[in-house]
Amino acid sequence: MSIGHYLVLSGVLFSIGAAGVFLRKNLITLLLSVEIMLNAVNLAFVAFGRQFGTVDGQIITFFVMTVAAAEAAVGLALVIGLFRHRESLNPEAFTSLKW
Amino acid sequence: MFAGAAVLGALLVVTQKNPVYSVLALIASFFGLSGLYVLLEAPFVAVVQIIIYAGAIMVLFLFTVMLLNVPREDAAEWDRAHPLYRPMAVRIGGGLAILLALELGWALSRTAGLGGGVADEHPAVSSVAELGRVLFTDYMFAFEVTSILIIVAMVGAVVLAKKREE
Repeated sequence: MSIGHYLVLSGVLFSIGAAGVFLRKNLITLLLSVEIMLNAVNLAFVAFGRQFGTVDGQIITFFVMTVAAAEAAVGLALVIGLFRHRESLNPEAFTSLKW
Repeated sequence: MFAGAAVLGALLVVTQKNPVYSVLALIASFFGLSGLYVLLEAPFVAVVQIIIYAGAIMVLFLFTVMLLNVPREDAAEWDRAHPLYRPMAVRIGGGLAILLALELGWALSRTAGLGGGVADEHPAVSSVAELGRVLFTDYMFAFEVTSILIIVAMVGAVVLAKKREE
């Protein structure tokens, strides 16, 4: 496979994730879609790292994974807190800060 | 084949109504991606992908889903307030998305040097020792910052999830 194939696949995965963020009405599915997008970016990094024969792509992938883990932990804690408040996971239920 | 598994899993995540199935589909998608990493001669990333993502993060998600006993999205609410039923937004957003896809395709088709395989030009650097050496020398600062980030996230998660005592 050439680098172009990996880039297209990465783009497709990222688009699916973005569509999930925009179209779904469930906070947990939103977080899952964000994970899909992060993984798409990881794939592009590793593919480029392989193309140029360096380990930098893989190392940045590790950092992205760490950030994803931290994001998941804080995000899920927030979701639990919000669910306790409103008994709902629909983002439309949390619009009290909206002007 | 791995690519197909990854894309199929991701599609299932987005289309599935029940969050538990979404999480399981995402795990399948991660296994597909992990196979792709093996093909890219990055076996350590592949293993970490399985252990950290499919193992740790997804268990966290699954645990939360089960803990909250999340209701499915009900179809009535979907029909009433879904953004896909606002014609103007759909038109503008769809137009922009098509434009972006066209531009990306154009850019990809005009870029030289995409034809050859990824493994043609350079030998693979995939030993864990080399990975660790670069991580702890060139990326030392980023590594330390990451550790601070994890501490902050940990404390934040505990504080946020704690019950308020009044």
